[in-house]
Parts: sequence; structure tokens; C-alpha cells
Amino acid sequence: MQRIGVFVCWCGSNIAGTVDVQAVSDALKNEPGVVFSANYQYMCSQAGQNLIKEAIAEHRLTGIVVCSCSPRMHEATFRKTAAAAGINPYMVEIANIREQCSWVHKDMLTGTEKAIILGKAAVAKVNLNTPLTPGESPVTKRALVIGGGIAGIQTALDIADAGFPVDIVETKPTIGGKMAQLDKTFPTLDCAACILTPKMVDVAQNENIRIFSYSEVTAVKGFVGNFDVTIKKKARYVNEDVCTGCGACVEKCPMKKVPNEFNLNMDNRTAIYIPFAQAVPKVATIDPMHCNMLKNGKCGVCSKVCAAGAIDYKQQDQYIEEKYGAIVVATGFNPISMDKFDEYAYNQSKDVITSLEFERLTNAAGPTAGKLLRPSDHKHPHTIVFVQCVGSRCSACAEKGKEYCSKICCMYTAKHAMLTRDKYPDTEVYVFYIDVRTPGKNFDEFYRRAVEEYGVHYIKGMVGKVSPEGDKLKVQASDLLNNKQLHIDADLVVLAAAIEPDKSARPLATMLTASMDTNDFFTEAHPKLRPVESPTAGVFLSGACQGPKDIPETVSQASAAASKVISLLVKDKLTGNPCVASSDELMCNGCSSCERVCPYGAITYVDKEFRMPNRTIAIRRVAQVNPAVCQGCGACTVACPSGAMDLKGFANNQIVAEVDAICK
Amino acid sequence: MKVSYFPGCTLKNKAKQLDVYARRCAEVLGITLEEIEAWQCCGGVFTTANDEVATKLSSVRALQAAQEKDQALVTVCSACHNVIKQTNHAMQTNASFADKVNRYNDTPYDGSTAVYHYLEMLRDLVGVDKIKEKVVNPLKGEKIAAYYGCLLLRPNSVMRMDDPENPSIMEDIIRAIGGTPVIYPYRNECCGGYVVMESPEFAKKKSNAVTESAASFGASRMVTACPLCKYNLEKNAPAVPVVYFTELLAEALGVKEDANA
Repeated sequence: MQRIGVFVCWCGSNIAGTVDVQAVSDALKNEPGVVFSANYQYMCSQAGQNLIKEAIAEHRLTGIVVCSCSPRMHEATFRKTAAAAGINPYMVEIANIREQCSWVHKDMLTGTEKAIILGKAAVAKVNLNTPLTPGESPVTKRALVIGGGIAGIQTALDIADAGFPVDIVETKPTIGGKMAQLDKTFPTLDCAACILTPKMVDVAQNENIRIFSYSEVTAVKGFVGNFDVTIKKKARYVNEDVCTGCGACVEKCPMKKVPNEFNLNMDNRTAIYIPFAQAVPKVATIDPMHCNMLKNGKCGVCSKVCAAGAIDYKQQDQYIEEKYGAIVVATGFNPISMDKFDEYAYNQSKDVITSLEFERLTNAAGPTAGKLLRPSDHKHPHTIVFVQCVGSRCSACAEKGKEYCSKICCMYTAKHAMLTRDKYPDTEVYVFYIDVRTPGKNFDEFYRRAVEEYGVHYIKGMVGKVSPEGDKLKVQASDLLNNKQLHIDADLVVLAAAIEPDKSARPLATMLTASMDTNDFFTEAHPKLRPVESPTAGVFLSGACQGPKDIPETVSQASAAASKVISLLVKDKLTGNPCVASSDELMCNGCSSCERVCPYGAITYVDKEFRMPNRTIAIRRVAQVNPAVCQGCGACTVACPSGAMDLKGFANNQIVAEVDAICK
Repeated sequence: MKVSYFPGCTLKNKAKQLDVYARRCAEVLGITLEEIEAWQCCGGVFTTANDEVATKLSSVRALQAAQEKDQALVTVCSACHNVIKQTNHAMQTNASFADKVNRYNDTPYDGSTAVYHYLEMLRDLVGVDKIKEKVVNPLKGEKIAAYYGCLLLRPNSVMRMDDPENPSIMEDIIRAIGGTPVIYPYRNECCGGYVVMESPEFAKKKSNAVTESAASFGASRMVTACPLCKYNLEKNAPAVPVVYFTELLAEALGVKEDANA
């Protein structure tokens, strides 16, 4: 028989406001096995934990129930408390009477009744708990960073700096990401390339870092400390180790009309290409969709001009298997498509562009060599209208936009407006906004400069319509502060498109069993206290894959993720989770149901000898669980038709006892 | 194919052509419009006040009449269509509104009648190809400016008819009957609407912007589905002749005789 102590937490007024905590501790006092019951204002505080420790000693408790917040919040805390007082940490059960009770009820009576029921269920479970001891598993001292933008670059550099090997997997032919496409960066206006490309070079030269460019992750197995990852290295038809990046092939390639995605299709590239001059790795890639040699075997010019002999038309996709201790997701963002925003005529006029396209138009390495010329007729625009929040904060139009604020647009629009006025004082610049949001170091000062020193016309109100007429764009908008309708004849309209997570994020989340929110941003383990960890152990988040972020914030998060990875990789062994499945071999009939449902490949089958009646021996096929691989999800226990499979800490009889207690 | 037909008040006096040509064209295209018996005014405007039920009851009656015959409900006036479709949507999605309405009804109505604007009927039930087949007097490339106004396509979340910012439903039909559609920026702007009662100057300004824009793109005629739009455009900005789209269709299908005959 257990000797159980019950500890009811008030959580200040969070629980005590809707739950009569005294009534709960009184009611649970009479449950079978309970020898002590108390309530306290903050059970997680030092004083609260001491209360638990003292009660364990004084009443010789063998198990405890804490009625408090979600186990996600403080289960680990109370397990440590119990262990310090000398009882097995797995003899602790949490009854969640905050998130699942006091926060969702308004009425004291119902709240209290439910809290008591939840407490009873936990008591019923502890009565059947057995002490568990976690196993240990080794840690592979190598990290994987998925995504080679500024987030992935910073994370990789920091991990490598601590002496651990890192691999970066990047889907594009070069690392650099969105930052490589930018012109200047706010609020200090340093040129993006000037601060990014040295970092890219550092990555290339760091002996601890390997770059898998033009590659993607196709499978992830295993668990924290022991991930098995398959990386697909797409055929680029150029031998990376031999190519010197001289560019002779690019110069001679006859297929010159391929839309250049690096310049957002505003100019063309060749079929064999190097995305930009500072690309890392600086090797050529053949676009198989447009290469004549690959499509119909006629051409071969690049092969003829390549002095290094790097061209290999027969190259195949390559699959690489590698082991990692930690995985960092840094898949980044993209601007949303403007196809559904016909009111801004993006698809009707070449002179309606997105802000990222504007970056390329003002970038010295862009399609106009940095001269601000409009795409339709290459004339200098004299009136530019910037529209903010295109698709952001769009609660009324969720089907075409996003409900959230994209966070970076106010600042980059201020930057665009300011730089335009600085370089071309003859150009009138209008910015339409819902709100100007500029929290951040030196951000508001930056925006004020755009308004006060550079004379940018900031107008509170949205643009209702952009219509191309002749060589002008007729912009209809409202000026809310003056309560006026405005009609502006613009030469160029720039849309601050909302940003969304990269499309590769969702399949990756499935592979990693990492959770996402409704917008496909990766969810952090705790929004305030564990912002760079995913709830899946060993998976960390870096940059805009977790939410919209500017460069300073991305770099901070990237370094934070790196430090989390480093503190994982310095460990030689990890304590495992003892709540894993195990099979009762005598009951197992070898049907393979559990093996089929196991998402982690933790179950194998072995032929085993069994002693049977009359001194006979039978060989039977039975399931065996690898406790190092099992994640304790419980899928196998549900699938097992004979009831042989059970989950330690969440055994079938424990769950049934909980249900019985609730239904009593 | 038979459908229930709700003409609406204006189509019985000011906008007779819209009604008469709609009926004739439908016959040619193999659709019988069965006018709902004893229909009442649609309510005129869909009031956005949540507690306003009375003005929406007549729309519900029309929807119910179509449901009893197991038919889709077709209207041709932009305003009637807007009110009826919005009312139907409210019956489907707003439980407290539906509850209030059903207290006035003998049998409860669940919002299951399919509501079509005549243009949607042409596109979805007849098909543009069928219209093309039936054309006897093609328009020979005449430049026609389709005018959508504000009510026909909005709110899009309820109307679900076409892209309200860049529609194509009328242009596709104009093309099918041999015309050249004029894409001009003001085709989905407001004509001034009922504001003409209070501020004729304002309506004139709005209408002018529309017709001048159509004229500057070389339109020789404008078509609309809305009696109020036609009134405002003709009265305030007679730069381009305005006809109902049904009249243009009747012309092409060879059934345009004197509507009053």
C-alpha cells in the first residue's frame, strides 16, 4: 500500500480564484492511500518545495500528487523535489487543475468539483505507480543545421566555434538566404553583402563545417543525441570538388533566357549558373529544366569550355546518411504570393512590385546595377507609393493573407523610402500604413528620420485600389487623419508583402515530429522560457522559421540555439525517458501490429525458446522494444491485440484506474 | 432545366428590359425561369444591423418557395441578388438570426437553397460554350465595357461569384457573344448608389469617373446588371450608352424585339 501525500497549489489566484483549494485538499485526504494533504500559495517556490520534502520525511510518503499547473510546466521541478527527499521521481503525479480546470471555468463550484475529480484520478494512478529508473544513451557529437540563411550560418559558426562539427543543408545552390538578396540593412544602413559575405566565407573556411548545398533532408530517424538523417544531394551536373567557379561556362552557355530567381525573375540567367558573385560554395549548377544538353543531348558547350573538366552530365542524385546529436531548423521565410491581391494590380502591371523586388532593383548587383528604374520602361520613377501590411494583419481576409504582423515591413519600408529620397531627391515618396511599428534599438529614431529629415509622406490609411492607366498607376487611397480620399498618379508601387514560413517547413516538421502552429511556424517548447527549443528533444529553432524576425533578432536567436546545441553536445551521455514500452513475452503472439505502428522503429521481433508443459520447448516469435529508441508514445500499446504491450508509467491498469476514479 | 426566378420590384417597372430579355435569353439557352408566386420586395438593402430581422423575412420567403420546389433560385438584379444571398448565408451561419427568423415561419428554413445570379447561371448552369453556340448576331468585335458596380461581387466571402478586384464573368460572356471586352480600372467602383438621393453632386462625380474611364478605353457601350447603376450612369454621366447585359445578350441571341410589345 502506498503512502501518498497530496499538495494543492493556489498558483496565487490563478487556481485559487476559481477553485476552492481548501475543499480540494480536504476531499482528497480521504482517498485510498492518502496519508497527508495540504495546500499552499506557490507550491513550486522554494518554500512550497520544502513543504513537500518535509512531508515526505515526516509522513514516510512513498508517492505524491501535486494538483497544480500543466505537467509541461513543473513536472520536472516536482520530480526533482521528490528525488531530493529520497523517493523515486516517477512516484510523482501532476493533476493539472490550472490549464485544464481553473483557467477554463468561471464558476467556483464546478471548478472545485472538477479539481477534486482530477486529483482523485491522479491519486488512483499513484497507487499503481512503480519506481522507474531511466537508462542512458550516448550523444553523437555532430550537429545538423537545416537552412543556410543568416540564421543557419550564425548557428553553424557558433557551434563550430565551440569545437563541434556541423553540417549545413541548404536547398539552393548557395548559402546566404534572403539576406544575400538585400541591399542595405536597417537601422544602420550597412550593406547586407558587406556584412554577410565575410560570414559566408568563414563558413566555407571553417574546418568544422561542411556545406551540403543544393541538397535537402529526406528522412530523419532516431531521437535526441542519436538522429539518423538522410540527405539528398541533388545532381547539379558539376563536380563540386573540381569546379573552380571561374564562370567560363556561364559566359558561354547559349541558353540565356532562363528567369533568374535570385533577382526574382526580373532578369535572365543562363542554364548553367552561379547565383551571384559571392556564392558559397562558388561552383556552377546546371538547371536541368532549361539545359539543352540534359533535355535533348544537343549542346555540351559548358563541358568544352570547362578547363577543370568539372561538368558531368551523367551525375545522379546522391543520398548521404549521417548521424547527428542535435538538429537546428533554420528554414526561413518567403514573401507570400500577390496573386490574390488584385486590388493592387500586381499581376496587371510590371511596375507594381514587392519590397523584395525593390531590394534587387536598388542593389548594385541587381538587374539594374542599383539604378532605380521601373521594370516596364526602365525610366526613373518620380512618384513612388509604398503600401504596407499587404496581406499582414489581415483578419478579415484570412483566405488570402495572414492574421499576424510580419514585423519587418515597417522598418524596411522606412529604409526604402529614406534611401530613395536620399539618392533621388526629385522623387516623391508616399508610405501608406495601418500603424507604424518600430520597437527595437534605434528603430523609431530611424523611422522619424525618414519622415522629418527626408520628407517621406507617411499617410495613415490603406490603398484601396491601384489601376494601371497609360504609363501611370492610379492609386486610390484614404487619408484617415484628414478624412480624405486621395488619388495619386504613381510611377511605381511597392507592396510590403506579408511573410510566411518556407514551404519546406511542413514536411520537415513531420519528419522531425516537431510541432507547428496554424501558420506553419515552428512552435517553441515554451513561448517565453524556452524560445529556441522545439518541444521535440534535440530539435532547435533558429530564425524566421519560428516567427517573423529581422536580422538582429534572427542572429540573436541563432546564437541562442547554438548555445543550446553546444550544451547538449558537451554531454557524453543523456538520461533517457524510462516511460517506454515493454512487451510481456508470454502474452505476445508475434503478430507485428506494434512494429507496424511504431513511428520510431523501436520494435523488432526475435525468435525465442519457451519452456512449455511436459518439458517441451517451443520457439515463438515475440516483440522486443529498444528502450533507447522508444519515445513512449504508446501507439503500440493501443495496437497490440493481446494486451502484451504496456507503457511504463502509463500502464493500462493505471489509465483504467484514472478513468474509474473520474467516473466514480 | 427549371429554376425559380425572383425578378424584384424594379424589374416590374423601371427596369423592364432587364427582366424581359433575361426571360427570353433563358428560353433560348434551355432554362425555364419559373417566377415565384406572390413574391415580395427583397428588402432593398441587406442591413448590417444584427438585430434587424423584419426586412429580411421576404427574402427568406422567396428562398423557401424555391426550396419547396427543389429548385435553385435565380435573380438578375444586383441588389436583389445581394440581399437574398446574404440573407441565405446568414440563415446558414448565424444561428441566433436563423432562430429569430424561424419564429415567423410556418416551417423552419435551413439556408439550403442554392442562389444564383443570372450571370452565374449563364456561367455555371448554361456554360459559356453553349452561349457561343446559340449566338446568331455576333457583336463583331464591338468594344463593350462591363460595369460591375459594388454590390454584385461584394462581400466576396458571401457572394463567392468572382474575384471582386479583378472579375471576368461578364467579360467572358461578352467574348462569347463576339464582343471585345474593355478592361478599365473603374469597372468595380461604386456609381454613387443611393447617395444620389442626398448628394446628387457626389453621385455625379462617382458616375463620371466610371463612364469617362470606360470611354477613354474606347468603349462604345456599357453593360450592367443593376438598375440603380444604370440610372446613375445615364443620368449623371451620359458619356457612353448603358444597357442591361441581358439586352446585349438578347441582341446576340436574336431575341431582341421590342420589350414592351
